[in-house]
Amino acid sequence: MKLIFERSSAGRGTSYLPACDVPSVTPNTELREIALHLPEVPETEIDRHYTELSHQVYGVNTGFYPLGSCTMKYNPMINEAAASLPGFAEIHPLAGDENTQGALEVMKLLEDSLKEITGMDAVTLQPAAGAHGEFTGLLLIKAWHKAKGNDKRTKIIVPDSAHGTNPASAAMAGFEVVSIPSDENGCVDIDALKAAVGEDTAGLMLTNPNTVGIFDKNITEITKIIHDAGGVNYYDGANLNAVMGVARPGDMGFDVVHVNLHKTFSTPHGGGGPGSGPVGCKEFLKEFLPGIQAECTEDGTAFRSVREEHSIGDMRSFGSNFSVVVKALAYVLSLGKTGIRETSENAVLNANYLMHLLKKNYECAYDRTCMHEFVLDLAHLKEEHGISALDVAKALLDAGIHPPTMYFPLIVHEALMFEPTETETKETLEACALAMENILKEALANPEGAHAKPEHTMIRRLDEVGAARNPVIRYTFDSEEK
Amino acid sequence: MGNYVPGTKEEQNAMLKACGFSCFEDLYRDVPEEVFLKRDLDLPEGLPELEVRKKMNALASKNTLFEHIFRGGGSYHHYIPEIVNEIAGRREFLTAYTPYQAEISQGILQSIFEYQTSICELTGMDASNASVYDGATAAAEACAMCVDRKRSRILVSATVDPKILSVVKTYSFGHGSEVVVIPEKDGETDCEALKAALDQQTACVLFQQPNFYGIFENAALICDAAHESRAKAIASVNPVSLALFRTPGEYGADIAVGEGQPLGIPMSFGGPYIGFMACKSAMMRKLPGRIVGQTTDVDGKRGYVLTLQAREQHIRREKASSNICSNEALCAMRVSIYLSAMGRLGLREVAEQCTSKAHYLKDALACAGLTPVFDKEFFHEFVTECADPGAVLSALKKHGILGGLPLGDGRILWCATEMNTKQEMDMTADIVKEVLRK
Repeated sequence: MKLIFERSSAGRGTSYLPACDVPSVTPNTELREIALHLPEVPETEIDRHYTELSHQVYGVNTGFYPLGSCTMKYNPMINEAAASLPGFAEIHPLAGDENTQGALEVMKLLEDSLKEITGMDAVTLQPAAGAHGEFTGLLLIKAWHKAKGNDKRTKIIVPDSAHGTNPASAAMAGFEVVSIPSDENGCVDIDALKAAVGEDTAGLMLTNPNTVGIFDKNITEITKIIHDAGGVNYYDGANLNAVMGVARPGDMGFDVVHVNLHKTFSTPHGGGGPGSGPVGCKEFLKEFLPGIQAECTEDGTAFRSVREEHSIGDMRSFGSNFSVVVKALAYVLSLGKTGIRETSENAVLNANYLMHLLKKNYECAYDRTCMHEFVLDLAHLKEEHGISALDVAKALLDAGIHPPTMYFPLIVHEALMFEPTETETKETLEACALAMENILKEALANPEGAHAKPEHTMIRRLDEVGAARNPVIRYTFDSEEK
Repeated sequence: MGNYVPGTKEEQNAMLKACGFSCFEDLYRDVPEEVFLKRDLDLPEGLPELEVRKKMNALASKNTLFEHIFRGGGSYHHYIPEIVNEIAGRREFLTAYTPYQAEISQGILQSIFEYQTSICELTGMDASNASVYDGATAAAEACAMCVDRKRSRILVSATVDPKILSVVKTYSFGHGSEVVVIPEKDGETDCEALKAALDQQTACVLFQQPNFYGIFENAALICDAAHESRAKAIASVNPVSLALFRTPGEYGADIAVGEGQPLGIPMSFGGPYIGFMACKSAMMRKLPGRIVGQTTDVDGKRGYVLTLQAREQHIRREKASSNICSNEALCAMRVSIYLSAMGRLGLREVAEQCTSKAHYLKDALACAGLTPVFDKEFFHEFVTECADPGAVLSALKKHGILGGLPLGDGRILWCATEMNTKQEMDMTADIVKEVLRK
């Protein structure tokens, strides 16, 4: 495929602006002297270029997307329509409270909904993504310890099954990471946890259900161990889609949580972002929250933005990834209290049903009731037949199904992690199981062929090593063009 | 009301039964009694789409939609060609995940590669990442790229947007660096104070070009001063201005960052926006977040993959260059489409109109009695002074005009772009004149 720059021809393009109606002024300052290569392409060609690109993208609208830990659920159309209303899209973030009453009310409604769903006392919508939320939550923990004079609490405990952002966020917040092993069920090893806590413990980062899709039965004991040691419990909301309306992090003993609006609350992933990672916390951490919170005035007739007195500051320039917040609110309003619970129940049902179907041909890493996701372990297949998780995933591309998450969590070495979500039909799950069965049959009959998958995609396996060794990360223009 | 669950009750029961369960509660046997929620969530019942639409329309209508906008200060009102909205709204782009499965994600990967190319071109730098959350987090991440054990002081000019300074300070609370603010002098960085503050512990100097007041800094002087102390120079730039004015690459910055919102992204009450980051080759492997690289597939066809991933959290965990995972990919695509639509000449036209109109507005307001605070070369923002900015702004509001941003001390930060016409600027000046006469 041509790059947009390779479709460019000097002097072409579309004019979008009227001529300037005031005298031309050039400030007396240094001007750009180097050439500027931007595409010079008529609108027809731009349209075709991106349409061609869109044919080489796989979205939730294309087909089944059981990507574990990413909650690739359907993204409702009404949410998009709401976010693009001029009354939301054309509002300047510094227009002042009196001109943005609707926006503040949107924030307040979502803040309140998230408090109830997570069992927290306060919420900030400022973080722009899940990892940004983690960083925010950890800074709250740091600020609280600092205010109490706990200078020696420098360690954050993270299970070895955790998502990479957990230790990375802890490090960014200036903590030392203590990794603890998981037990045979992929859950927290209580003895290891007890051994790890001490006077240097700042807190624990955990997701429940955990990254192998199991609800940790010992959750209240775990959070109590941390509290007793003087630490704070952080809940990674990556897996909240399993338990909404069923169990709340606040009731499990967690003090601070982040949720991913782009997973659990149906806002689209956009090929990698924008997301939104609101952070909720218990009362004792509230005074440190960043950014602005929306608050109802005393007489209940208006809204205002407020800042906490001991705020850690700002996590980004403005109050939230607002249009993502609008989409999430539309979703919460659509679902309501019953729909939210049904969403989680069916996410768990779909995962168990798919696991039940796949178990006929594949081994589960943990053969028990799962939550919203589960992990297959292909270690035996690899050992006995040389067929890897990667081979099976790549074969799924030919079957028109987005592969599950590969090689995560790290504690299962040939892992394929499936998260079907609640928005898929029974037939879709059955078709996936059938595709997986056929892939296995074909791979067993021809193990060499399995390494050559995919065969039918427009681009096949790519040389990633070469890409990293000799990085070409921008297009270079011919020198005569300059 | 709606929950987007496709299965009927009968289907759900059949699936439960097939797995050996009799009811939904069976699925949650691992949830201990004491945390199992025995009540409904305290939220309203769900609404059908028609009601949701009404509710969202009602909320949107509670915001004031201004016909004329003269406010910037980090978020700018520019024209967005319709093709940007149409293409970025395509469901394939909207609903895809991060392109980890490269074989079926070439469309997104290529669009990011094109975005990286455009950002390098605009800034005059060698390497760009695939975006971070916004301009302020880009600045904070750039500072983190420069900090190490020996050098942990970050110098930030007082003429940098205070919101960016706030974010740099928050991030620094995390990594434990010291942030020192270099004072301003007549609306510009005080370069003598900067030179005095630079030392062997200084990791970097962060400045803004044009600065928060719209004024052009002596960027080359700042970069040279930083380099004399072997510190890095980070320029936070307005991307539209780069079509016309000296680029970070030309004046010697090590890292260029900025808010990409002016390039085709609606103001949307502050987000999502996009932080762009570009640097010289030497620092490429310190860039945070995703980077797309060109390679070939097994058939020798050109293709694109996420590359240099050894920097990232999913490989390096606590040793990663940043924790960033989700970025602003769809906003990056908007930027690419915008730059393709406007083209080289179109973006230059936007920059020229911004400059010319801001200068016209400044003169018109000065004639109306609003005194400019600084007499410096500027881009599309400038500061005025008066006794009662509140009176000026509320009079403008009555005419559907969002005036400049009040900065305190009687100051207002004004902004003009290609969106503003001569007629509305004249009208604004007339209203201001009327207010000031009283």
